[in-house]
Amino acid sequence: MANPLRGEVVRLYKNLLYLGREYPKGGDYFRDRLRSAFSKNKAVQDQEQIKALIARGEFVARELEALYYLRKYRAMKKRYYEE
Amino acid sequence: MSGRVLVGVKRVIDYAVKIRVKPDNSGVVTDGVKHSMNPFCEIAVEEAVKLKEKKLIKEVVAVSCGPQQSQETIRTALAMGADRGIHVEVTGKDYDTLGPLQVSKILAALAKKEEAQLVILGKQAIDDDCNQTGQMTAALLDWPQGTFASEVSLENDKVKVVREIDGGLETIKISTPAVLTADLRLNTPRYATLPNIMKAKKKKIANVKPADLGVDLTSRLEVLRVDEPPQRQAGMKVETVDDLVVKLKDAGKV
Repeated sequence: MANPLRGEVVRLYKNLLYLGREYPKGGDYFRDRLRSAFSKNKAVQDQEQIKALIARGEFVARELEALYYLRKYRAMKKRYYEE
Repeated sequence: MSGRVLVGVKRVIDYAVKIRVKPDNSGVVTDGVKHSMNPFCEIAVEEAVKLKEKKLIKEVVAVSCGPQQSQETIRTALAMGADRGIHVEVTGKDYDTLGPLQVSKILAALAKKEEAQLVILGKQAIDDDCNQTGQMTAALLDWPQGTFASEVSLENDKVKVVREIDGGLETIKISTPAVLTADLRLNTPRYATLPNIMKAKKKKIANVKPADLGVDLTSRLEVLRVDEPPQRQAGMKVETVDDLVVKLKDAGKV
């Protein structure tokens, strides 16, 4: 039943799991939501649909990176630069 | 010129952690507390990697001084794109008293040994806020320095640095080899994602002792006491301007 895109999906999952550890609402919160999001789409077989879902997952990963960067930047700016 | 850049990275308590002072006021609680790379050091690593991607320099070497755990910080730098790491092992009492003077002596020795063209550091560490290591390193090497850099460009064997100073921005041109310290707006550091971390496991981290570099780690400073900042007083709301004047007079401010 191994879908050729299975490797990509697993890689995406591991990546999001790693990124989610620093989530402001807690790593556990993120991990639970990640698992339910992935298991909801467990039955999807269509290649195009899977590719679209993977793209959405990658979008979330980029959003997380941006979130972490902005948090850090704003904290540094507030602490070290007088406005 | 070797085209090699040395980047110093420091392992500090994570910026988002609430700092607690030890009950005996000797320092700050570090056991079991989340640590990560100093944010300004991340910006320094990013700048070095960017220079390599633009093919202006050939190799990025990440250096960290500290105990075994400093290797994690070097691994993060490797995951961001550094080519190899050097871990200068400093433990116990030496690590407690390790400050900008000692680190700059180590970095100066390494810069000479590795024949570095540039040494890029973060402008200051968020734990001690010294803002001295870059300047001291440049002085020990007798190299020019471009500190508080918000823009760096290499032109032949000169470096053009735009510095963030109180009055605004200052543009200077210095010759290489040189020391640069990164300011907040120099660049946007990339996140070390899992695939990059996996790839970085193959990169080498050399282990060096300060004695091998001929560096004396004795500190001339002694920390007497560490205290929490005074608690913020709650504000008061007043109804009218007259009330405000009365309150100010009570507090002896007017």
